[in-house]
Amino acid sequence: MPALTRKEVEEIALLARLHLEPDELARMETELGAILEHFAALAEVPTDGIPPMTHAVPMDLRLRADEPAPSLPVGEALAAAPARQGDVFVVPAIIGGGE
Amino acid sequence: MTHWLSASETAAHIASGELTAASAVDALLGRIASVDGELGAFLAMDPRAHDAAAEIDRRRAAGEPQGPLAGVPIALKDNLVTRGVATTAASKMLDGWIPPYDATVVDKLRAAGAIIVGKLNCDEFAMGSSTENSAFKRTRNPWDAARVPGGSSGGSAAAVAAGLCAGALGTDTGGSIRQPAAFCGVVGLKPTYGRVSRWGAIAFASSLDQIGPLTRTVEDAALMLEVIAGLDPRDETSIDAPVPRYRDALTGDVAGLRVGIPHEYYEGAIDADVRGALERAKAVLVERGAEVVDITLPHTQHALPAYYIVAPAEASSNLARYDGIRFGHAATDAKSLQDRYMRSRAAFGTEVKRRIMLGTYALRSGYYEAYYKKAQQIRTLIKRDFDKAFQHVDVVLTPTTPTPAFAFGAKATPIEMYQADVFTLACNLAGLPGISVPCGLSGDGLPIGAQLLGKPLDEATILRTAHVIEKVLGIGHPKGLA
Amino acid sequence: MSQLDALLGTWEPVIGLEVHVQLATKSKAFSPSAVKFGADPNSLTDPLVLGMPGTLPAFNRGALALALKLGVATGSKIRARARFARKHYFYPDLPKGYQISQYDEPLCEDGTLEIIHTGVVRKIKLQRIHLEEDAGKNMHVGAVSHVDLNRAGVPLVEVVSAPEMHGAEEAAEFMRSLHRLVRWLDISEADMEKGQMRCDANVSVRRRGEDRLGTRTELKNINSFKFVHHAIEHEIVRQIRQLERGERIVQETRLWDADAGTSQPMRSKETAEDYRYFPDPDLPPLVVDGGMMSGTLRGMPELPVARFDRYVRAGIQPDDARTLVGERALAEYFDETVKAHPGEQSGRVIANWILGELLGALNAASLGIDASPMPPSRMSELVKLVEDGTISGKIGKEVFEESFKTGEAPAAIVDRRGVQQISDEAALWEIIEEVVGANPHQVQGYQAGKDGLFGFFVGQVMKRTGGRANPVITSDLLHKRLGR
Repeated sequence: MPALTRKEVEEIALLARLHLEPDELARMETELGAILEHFAALAEVPTDGIPPMTHAVPMDLRLRADEPAPSLPVGEALAAAPARQGDVFVVPAIIGGGE
Repeated sequence: MTHWLSASETAAHIASGELTAASAVDALLGRIASVDGELGAFLAMDPRAHDAAAEIDRRRAAGEPQGPLAGVPIALKDNLVTRGVATTAASKMLDGWIPPYDATVVDKLRAAGAIIVGKLNCDEFAMGSSTENSAFKRTRNPWDAARVPGGSSGGSAAAVAAGLCAGALGTDTGGSIRQPAAFCGVVGLKPTYGRVSRWGAIAFASSLDQIGPLTRTVEDAALMLEVIAGLDPRDETSIDAPVPRYRDALTGDVAGLRVGIPHEYYEGAIDADVRGALERAKAVLVERGAEVVDITLPHTQHALPAYYIVAPAEASSNLARYDGIRFGHAATDAKSLQDRYMRSRAAFGTEVKRRIMLGTYALRSGYYEAYYKKAQQIRTLIKRDFDKAFQHVDVVLTPTTPTPAFAFGAKATPIEMYQADVFTLACNLAGLPGISVPCGLSGDGLPIGAQLLGKPLDEATILRTAHVIEKVLGIGHPKGLA
Repeated sequence: MSQLDALLGTWEPVIGLEVHVQLATKSKAFSPSAVKFGADPNSLTDPLVLGMPGTLPAFNRGALALALKLGVATGSKIRARARFARKHYFYPDLPKGYQISQYDEPLCEDGTLEIIHTGVVRKIKLQRIHLEEDAGKNMHVGAVSHVDLNRAGVPLVEVVSAPEMHGAEEAAEFMRSLHRLVRWLDISEADMEKGQMRCDANVSVRRRGEDRLGTRTELKNINSFKFVHHAIEHEIVRQIRQLERGERIVQETRLWDADAGTSQPMRSKETAEDYRYFPDPDLPPLVVDGGMMSGTLRGMPELPVARFDRYVRAGIQPDDARTLVGERALAEYFDETVKAHPGEQSGRVIANWILGELLGALNAASLGIDASPMPPSRMSELVKLVEDGTISGKIGKEVFEESFKTGEAPAAIVDRRGVQQISDEAALWEIIEEVVGANPHQVQGYQAGKDGLFGFFVGQVMKRTGGRANPVITSDLLHKRLGR
């Protein structure tokens, strides 16, 4: 497993929509790097043919009947909205990025 | 001194009329007001508590049937959603969020007559082992104010230990019920994955999270589990299996019980007092006819790295919804969408950000196979270790933690903190039930917990075993707390 | 288009389509919130749809049933244990920050969609059909966007074709065929204007004869059948021109602008889209058992292309057959009419009447075939009256119009109006004698070589018989009487 580069840390932060200050980025690089090193040993464990874990008690998906239930009243749906205009949520239209 | 009554005792006294629910709740609220300023267990109180208690009293007087927790004051970890009462998961991200719905466990507690008194402090989004990651306040260990109560359900453990509620609910993803229970000298039960509905538990790691009780007695844990367990169609991972009367398992009889001792859990840097306490717990069981069996769980060493890949990966996914658009903290003056996301999500604390980064890394294309998929395969190997062991034993006995409660700020690096969970993690990875029960005090007078792990859906056996340990080695209330 | 044809001599377009179809369920894929088009904004949500903390998905069995129908109808391999996966990206219309979709264990794989292109049936391979949930709507209004989550969580199937179409028309036919099929099976209303069927096209070109695929671009925002053709054709030409200039094709996503008739590259939001797929831990494996499969197979109607084949074998013109299978209700109407009027030629005749008179009248009245005031039994009655000579074709059209408008049975109309065809030769001969006797000039003119006057005589006979003279016999007898 490759060591974590600064560029990768920045890419991951962008993917996760986390804004990290330069000092945070530096710390993250160190801390994550150390954690990942710790996990290098996992690569050695033989797992060919071992299925990934799904549930402690194996189960199949239950199917829900196609019956509509009452929706949340619009007022309640928007009650916690940080920015709203009537019955819609409002966000900036410009995608932006690199700002 | 009604606040020291167990939940079962409280329920019995209220049912018999010796005690009114209203007086019990009022006394408790008074105690919280005087004690919690220092302790810091509560984040919010439920203003309806007194009226709910009065209603229980009215029904009792009218001879109406009531549930097994009627009038019993219970508090909830603040990552459990409560309609109309602020639910923050101890994060600035959800500061001020008033949910429009209740968690299933809350519905069940209310149906059983329980009085919800308030919401309890925890590590932010349940990520942590000391409750130091709460964005709002510090919770102290009732046994030693300079020490942590453990985490992430530190508020729950502290409140129960300090007599601020008759019982509490927490969540356990890697030990977050059991570890604080051990640190605070109370009982903490993590049910089998799927035993209790996760609907309304703010998700951290979906394949590991379970809700469970923290109580002062094993009997209370059994009682609360009876109330909260069961199939919930809203949770596709909840198990369709009957819920037994777990209290019936508390027979006091462990004759012929095969107790597995995995050597991997007794190696390494374990506090001498912890070793001593576990020896006594083992001896108690043997005296009563249990049989000790040495077992090996060879993949134990891989539990920590596997956990710290799976849990953050799932967390990074579960926390993607916090974007400041429909609820939660938001940078509403952001000029671009990107900015809106970035600055809204700046409300996450450092540990949460760290885990999101780790998790995002583990799921990246190119890394998914080597990390997440690999860790999921390791989980299968860990589960198979237990399956093999359970062919020869009925329960597995280990220390809950390598040391008693540590001091605030003692864990300087993330990895040191992660290692506090080393004995509790495998249980979540394998989906097994696990309980921590107090089994002694350290030389410094700090509680020590013994952990019992059981077969899937065999909470009855670990409860029975814990009950016996508690009868002989119970430690009582924190000294210095009235 | 000859310019394109010239280019196509050298270059071969390769097209694959990804089509999203909204399933016609009553509630959403993972939430019991209702599904309804055109509802007030954010009136069809619940805490789960809003992505609120602590909520969990529960899968809708109706969505599975509909998806299975499509899987079976396309001869796909149905996975016995499929899995849902989370697909992560940040966008305001995606409440959880991930979409529940399927990744490496989809419900269906390796099916085919039969399309009728240039009169023959072609099978286009389908790589996969998988289940997923829809996102909400994010609408730009000046400097801000308005987010409406009514559509968030609606169940979709995504149908992915193999990249084996080679022209815009073929691709458009694929869309039409899929549209017809999902409506045929009552899987989806598939109204493109309502966004119930949406299409993205992957387009590349390569020199003819080359094996390797060229760099492809993804075309989005194609939201009508018309645009499918335009947009793809435009992209083909754009790519060819670029390659002929010696430039490389950039792998990118382009948005079709119907007003401008061009596409523009989408502003890339980040370096690369990494969806970080992993199996959704909230949803155990989806099991499709024998019972579900046999139930699906039992309920399967005769499919469009099978019907097309049957019609063509019965002698119906391929174009007519294709129109008849355009809609299940129409094909069933046709079959019912034929059933009531069996006979060797009846299919063709009935097809003509339905495609000509009936569809015309329905269109004029803005009615669908399922609302036809003329049921198959009446239609067949009318055709029989014409075929057995009771009335002429021309009268038949008039009777049809009246029956369609009033609902009166054709036979009753014929009786009431007394418009039975006159086929009795003796009677017709008498009338012809009258006409000839009354028009000596025209007889002279015709016998002298003015062919055009024949129509005059036919017209006169028709006039005297109120249009009831059997035209074939009349013509025959006139020729005899006039000597040529």
